[in-house]
Amino acid sequence: MNARPGGLHDSATTAAFDAPRWRRDFPIMKQRVHGKPLVYLDNAATSQKPQAVIDAVSDYYQHYNSNVHRGVHQLSELATAAYEGAREKLRQFINAASKQEIIFVRGTTEAINLVAQSYGRSHLQSGDEIILSEMEHHSNIVPWQLLREQTGVTLKVIPINDAGELQPGAYETLFSARTRLVSLAHVSNALGSVNPVKEMISLAHQHNVPLLLDGAQAVPHMPVDVRDLDCDFYAFSSHKMFGPTGIGVLYAKEQILIDMPPYQGGGEMIRTVRFNGSTWNELPHKFEAGTPDIAAAIGLGAAVDYLETIGMPSIRDYERGLLEYGTQQLQSLAGVKIVGTARHKAGVLSFVMDGVHPHDIGTIVDQQGVAIRTGHHCAMPVMEHFHIPATARASLAFYNTREDINALVQALDKVREVFR
Amino acid sequence: MDLKDLYQDVVVDHNRSPRNFRKITDATSVQEGFNPLCGDKLTVYLKLDGDRISDVSFEGSGCAISVASASLMTETLKGKSVAQAEQLFEMMHTLLTVEDPKRDMESMGKLAVLSGVREYPSRVKCATLCWHTLNNALKNPDSRPVSTE
Ligand SMILES: Cc1ncc(COP(=O)(O)O)c(C=O)c1O
Repeated sequence: MNARPGGLHDSATTAAFDAPRWRRDFPIMKQRVHGKPLVYLDNAATSQKPQAVIDAVSDYYQHYNSNVHRGVHQLSELATAAYEGAREKLRQFINAASKQEIIFVRGTTEAINLVAQSYGRSHLQSGDEIILSEMEHHSNIVPWQLLREQTGVTLKVIPINDAGELQPGAYETLFSARTRLVSLAHVSNALGSVNPVKEMISLAHQHNVPLLLDGAQAVPHMPVDVRDLDCDFYAFSSHKMFGPTGIGVLYAKEQILIDMPPYQGGGEMIRTVRFNGSTWNELPHKFEAGTPDIAAAIGLGAAVDYLETIGMPSIRDYERGLLEYGTQQLQSLAGVKIVGTARHKAGVLSFVMDGVHPHDIGTIVDQQGVAIRTGHHCAMPVMEHFHIPATARASLAFYNTREDINALVQALDKVREVFR
Repeated sequence: MDLKDLYQDVVVDHNRSPRNFRKITDATSVQEGFNPLCGDKLTVYLKLDGDRISDVSFEGSGCAISVASASLMTETLKGKSVAQAEQLFEMMHTLLTVEDPKRDMESMGKLAVLSGVREYPSRVKCATLCWHTLNNALKNPDSRPVSTE
């Protein structure tokens, strides 16, 4: 299944993907909301979980719950094998060079904070510069502001245009002799824009600057190969990729991790502890202080297996077709305007409606069983750019269908009716 | 729950044409209210003549519930005493948060149309933002934005 990049999508490819079949793997889809069948279009906030993930979590608690890396007893060995097995699955999934480069964290937010506090505080000084973009999630803004308070670094921001794309050419001009890091969304959660990250990474490397990608909205929707991208850091969350909450991954190149001090201190991350000083455990454990969310890591491993059964290229192609359909449907509604019309987009439909506040849209469509998100989507600078307080946002996953889009459109008719 | 209980005609009407939607240039107190969760932003202008509210108005942007609530509030409060306003603030608060079949709806006048909001917990803050802002204006005349998050 080779989709023409960025081009129109033929329906034959879309038809070949059996979304209703995959949807049946998600028990929550049988829920009714306000007496109506659930239409779940809030996947950018969090995704639903297939039975395989739910089973993996409960299997751990029922049959081999135990701490990892601590015991010689059988359960601990089983738990350790499953936990480390999940790490290996994630390594393969994003094609990292080694398991040492896969650090389990709580999610994207913690991954970025880890880099800011460990890498940032040890490598950056007052006057050094970090490049971000105007479309970042707050979790890729605020950790750098905290670092700014601690070290006096300067933040530079790549502006966006009215389509919600990074302004062409602006990025290059932000580099200076003091640039030390670029930190950027792979895919924007508020706009759906897919950034040209490969070229941006290569440009950063020409300036000898490492680059962090916030992949929270990319990993669930497209193949990601960190070695092909050649990014230095990559952060993502399990709960947005059909895995449990409470776990996520920081990928970083091994040499960079070796040069970084620990983020938190405690058990697991040490080799020896004496009161006059301690030594650190090897990677990746140096960055995993304390008992991790073992069940969630195992569940995330199951989510990776599940996604690989379907195939990330198929998911990407199917969602591209669905996004195109949804875009056409929303554009055909009078008074509806899509916010975020980048040429390269993932399955996010942010929109506003003439004369109706997004919050009212959210409440009314919810009464029809349609779950969308309304608000600023943790991207206040994006809202400011478009001079709007909020948007309504429908965000897709591979288990969504054209019927879901149709249900949204019908629910929006109801919104019109109320505010007629 | 019927949507009509939330978006009653009076609410839709006050959203479409909010009353007292203007500045008061000689206000005795001006307060800003902000709900960071949804971006609702209101400014309440209050003009006290001794103990009487001689004029009250608002400006800002928000969802239908918050705009209608602010509009209804200004309409209700004009001419009332500070004590009466404080009492209405309390009544409004319980109207939106506590189910009470014996409640005296008569005394709430038009404000009663907002009782349906109680069934939508995520929207209660929309309806109370203007009241918190007003309360702030009554309590301390020097401007500090209030947040309902
Ligand atoms: C682009 C992006 N970055 C970061 C995050 C934060 O992820 P989490 O809350 O899982 O740490 C999100 C999710 O809200 C996101 O969409």
